[in-house]
Amino acid sequence: MDFNLTEDRRMLQDSLNRYLGDKYPVDHRNKVAYALPCHDPDKWAEMAELGALFALAPEDAGGFGGTGFDIMVVFEALGRALNPEPLLGAAMASRLMTKIGADQEVLLSGATKYAVAVGEVEAPYDLDSITCTATAKGAGHVLSGRKSAVYGGQVADVILVAAMLDGKPALFEVQASDAQIAGYPMMDGGGAAEVLLDDTPAKLLMADAADALTDALNAGTLALCAEAVGAMDVTHATTLDYLRTRKQFGVPIGKFQVLQHRAVDMLTEIEQSRSITIKAASELDGPDASRFVSMAKNLIGRAARLVAEEAIQMHGGIAMTWEYPVSHYAKRLVMLDAQLGDTDYHLSRVMAGLKAA
Amino acid sequence: MDLSFAPEEIAFRDEVRAYLAENLPKRISDAVRNGGEQTKEMLEEWHAILNRKGWLATTWGVDFGGPGWTPVQKHIFEEECCRAYAPRIVPFGLNMLGPVLQAFGSKEQQDYYLPRILDGTDWWCQGYSEPGAGSDLASLKTRAVREGDHYIINGQKTWTTLGQHANMIFCLCRTDPAAKQQEGISFILVDLATPGIEMRPIRLIEGGHEVNEVFFTDVRVPVANLVGEENKGWTIAKFLLTHERTGIAGVGFSMQSLEEVKALARKIRRAGRPLIEDPLFAARIAQAEIDLEAMKITNLRMLFKAQQQGAPGPETSILKIKGTVIHQELKDLARRALGPVAAPFPGSMTDGNIMFGPEGTANNAARYFNNRKTSIFGGSNEIQRNILTKTMLEL
Repeated sequence: MDFNLTEDRRMLQDSLNRYLGDKYPVDHRNKVAYALPCHDPDKWAEMAELGALFALAPEDAGGFGGTGFDIMVVFEALGRALNPEPLLGAAMASRLMTKIGADQEVLLSGATKYAVAVGEVEAPYDLDSITCTATAKGAGHVLSGRKSAVYGGQVADVILVAAMLDGKPALFEVQASDAQIAGYPMMDGGGAAEVLLDDTPAKLLMADAADALTDALNAGTLALCAEAVGAMDVTHATTLDYLRTRKQFGVPIGKFQVLQHRAVDMLTEIEQSRSITIKAASELDGPDASRFVSMAKNLIGRAARLVAEEAIQMHGGIAMTWEYPVSHYAKRLVMLDAQLGDTDYHLSRVMAGLKAA
Repeated sequence: MDLSFAPEEIAFRDEVRAYLAENLPKRISDAVRNGGEQTKEMLEEWHAILNRKGWLATTWGVDFGGPGWTPVQKHIFEEECCRAYAPRIVPFGLNMLGPVLQAFGSKEQQDYYLPRILDGTDWWCQGYSEPGAGSDLASLKTRAVREGDHYIINGQKTWTTLGQHANMIFCLCRTDPAAKQQEGISFILVDLATPGIEMRPIRLIEGGHEVNEVFFTDVRVPVANLVGEENKGWTIAKFLLTHERTGIAGVGFSMQSLEEVKALARKIRRAGRPLIEDPLFAARIAQAEIDLEAMKITNLRMLFKAQQQGAPGPETSILKIKGTVIHQELKDLARRALGPVAAPFPGSMTDGNIMFGPEGTANNAARYFNNRKTSIFGGSNEIQRNILTKTMLEL
């Protein structure tokens, strides 16, 4: 049993935290995050140089990480800085490409940006309900349908698309330039896109891709959990600073027990969130990955909303303003619940395990 | 990071598991499983079995006859004991007074009392809380006045767990009423056979007799029974409360409770299907299971830290708060799963041939009510929040 990070991961964590703190602070982040393309190409390149993308793939795929713990370390740092760059798509795409043994040099170097398109308007989370279909045409395939909430899709060069082929979800590669892409900034910053496919040429990467897609979704969900832990830590620390300095009735408001106990409850939920994320990370490559990832996303959905709403409440007005960073953290913490399966969706997945038992 | 136990820890777990399978009498584990009364004789028998193996005083150093386990080994042992439905080791002598005497007691006190704790000669109980001093323990009023070679003790203690079995009590008494609250308290050992002591049962919410109140009227106690220095008892009290908090997450008990709830929900049918497939009930089980899974890791993280730093930190209060709330939720689910079958008052079923509910579950309502205590004792969850406010949040 060892809860310390390896030296390599600690160094990566330190350098990412330092870089993002110095070069990508919240005021710059806010300039990037809420307007298309929700992306700063220079900073993206620098983050790639620091290894933020190489850490997402195992050594035999050209990276230097690729485990759940590597994903956890990278995304926790991104969460601390509320970073809007499109790493989620890269992380999921890298998992898929590792599974099919595709070369991912251009993904890991940051030269080519990838997004993964699974969810649809009427079925945002499920692999089972995909309606986007693939048809053989000439030597290849064409895809038709609409993919929804494709994170990073607004700047992606390549989109990995889940589409039905012979009654099974298959994995295709689509060049962004071949599809109709409607990008948008999100409420909580960062970009996504609706991807419209209409006889769009696509390269088949894997015919029966349900397991590979589930794995990619698990990895992406773990990434979101780690991001939430990072964002919750900063939100809590900022709230504590405020409780120590803001005076009313002649004393710092942190002297009031009603606020102290609520601040403790935030701490408790954050530690529980950190624990379940560590557990999910440790199980990502195991047989029960879906179960533990769902446990993590469910708990974090509850905790993140509590932390966000309590932080706003305890700041009493100031965190309602655009200018104060906590407002942006709070938005991210609430909205990430709806990414790749919300609390209820993941609770159902855990419940399904009870039924089978 | 690596969440798995080391090979030697797994070997240790297997050794404990095998030992329990071999040596824990079924009569005793059945009583624990069924939530029936654990008699004094049963508890003493179990203590004696563990003592023969050298596994009774798990928190003691090797010098004093403890097994010298790491925090992880202690954790594994406790988890396995829960898994096997072994009775919980009665903590007052073994896990509270023992460590206190080792840290603060005189050589004479150690030599005399520690072996008697191990072999069961003495059954200790705790004289801390008073009717007017609960969370604010330092406001305690029980007086010990020095008269020659004796203290004369007057006052009242309460919530004395299993005091009805005890022959000895350790007490916090006020020895200097003029000093500031925490500075006039002493830690004194009292033989319950001393004239002037009366123990009265307190009947608890579910009807059981688990705690007592103890009245002291002009009780003469030799000065030799003072532990540590006079008026320095508060340091000992705090030390002891820290020991009381270790293992307080009760992860093993919650895992046991979760399995019970699941087993019950598979047997009981509602709306034409097993209760475990009812979406509302299944959601409650699943959420409790998720919280418990996180709790297990939080517990291991703190064990790991304790192992590295040599002592548990203030963050163990998180374990107390969350651990008790999860356990209470599971006890609530067990009660709700049974529905009306949980209603018969414990012991009210005169025909021993009729089972109410699946085996051992008829006490689920009683257990639910009894377990409301866990968020109150050992420093209420609100006090734990105060501790965390000071130590972790620095507000």
